Amino acid sequence: MSESKVRKKPIGKMLFMGVISTALYAALLMKQDFLNEVFGKGGVYAFLPIITAFVFSFIHGSFTGDFWTVMGIEAAKKKKEVK
Amino acid sequence: MHDIAQAASNFINLDTINIVYLFLVGFVGGLVSGFIGSGGAFVLTPAMMSMGVPGLVAVASNMCHKFPKALIGSIKRAKYGQVDVKLGIVLGISAEAGVLYGAHIQEGIKKSFGEAGSNLYVSAAFVVILAIVGGFVLLDAWKTKKSGNTNAEEKVTKLARWVQSVNIPGTMVYFKSLNAKVSVLFTIPLGFATGMLAATIAVGGFVGVPSMIYVLGAPSLMASATELVIAFVMGLGGSFKFAMSGLVDIRLAMIILAGSLFGIQLGAIGTTYVKPYMIKMVMGVIMVIVLFSRGLMVPVYMSQLGLIQEISESSAKLMKGVSFGIMIFALALGAFIVLKAMWQGRREQRLAAQEAFEHVK
Repeated sequence: MSESKVRKKPIGKMLFMGVISTALYAALLMKQDFLNEVFGKGGVYAFLPIITAFVFSFIHGSFTGDFWTVMGIEAAKKKKEVK
Repeated sequence: MHDIAQAASNFINLDTINIVYLFLVGFVGGLVSGFIGSGGAFVLTPAMMSMGVPGLVAVASNMCHKFPKALIGSIKRAKYGQVDVKLGIVLGISAEAGVLYGAHIQEGIKKSFGEAGSNLYVSAAFVVILAIVGGFVLLDAWKTKKSGNTNAEEKVTKLARWVQSVNIPGTMVYFKSLNAKVSVLFTIPLGFATGMLAATIAVGGFVGVPSMIYVLGAPSLMASATELVIAFVMGLGGSFKFAMSGLVDIRLAMIILAGSLFGIQLGAIGTTYVKPYMIKMVMGVIMVIVLFSRGLMVPVYMSQLGLIQEISESSAKLMKGVSFGIMIFALALGAFIVLKAMWQGRREQRLAAQEAFEHVK
């Protein structure tokens, strides 16, 4: 119990990633026509949606992970995993 | 120019309601897949189609949200020591082959029997597989719950013990989740079947997870976590294939991902609070309910093919609506069980900590 109180919550990191994530989503929604046109071309352009997915998952995934930690929802502490 | 216009027509206009809807379904789907390793796709694809997204774009966009989601989920669960990366990759590669073969069969059926024939094949596959596998998983979970022995370590099935005992020189690989060597001649067909199912009904995990548990002998927690690695490998390959044809609507994929990354983190955390049989329980419940949803559509497609008496358009529409409603119910119920089990687990842990504290005092 004391461990969770002592350990600092990653509020700064969460906010930083949250801002970048919001910016990415704002860009996605504001540039819809452009994205549809370029990403829909197919062929070698197939790399674009894949790279985009990786970038979004890294930024937004880091944000959502920290979000639950900051909310106080973390994995059970003592539970031993099955070997 | 013509190509661009054609591609752009594949992509619908997004309004706020659609965005919120996709975000929420993504969240619930993510929550369930963080917990049982898969799920959500069976609701997401029809949900997108109901918004006017063409079928193939819906499948492609769903897949493009699946692999980054599975990546984040598997990283999270690897931190809890639940992932067998080697088993995930070995099964994932053979699953990829299964996806290609499954898609090929689908195309063949569509060519010979048309859209209704293809739909009937998909629904029939759903019903048969979910009835057998889902029924078995649910029964197993139910028996464990009834026995009151929910804390006992999971027993390796007789079949898995046999599979682990077979020694075929040159094909044996050690897997940490099984704590045994198993011949890849067993894992390849299992991965292939998972992929074929993923190509047919979009949820390979409904075969992947039970086969890891009952055929290979992996514990439920590790099987469901390793499924996320399979989903990543399969989803990455599949997304690239669809993206080559310009079928991925990146906006849809990323909006669903926005919700599902919140969900998958929560679902993964949830696995650390529950007893292993709960994984089977959630999976079994979802599979059996989805079975009824798809079963309802079988007569509709049969009438379209002229195999049975014609069903009026209004009745067919009603059945389609009810079928979709049941699917959403299945997902929501799964999410509810996960959240409830997690809440109970957290409460028990808090009480135990409090007790220990008072004891020391």
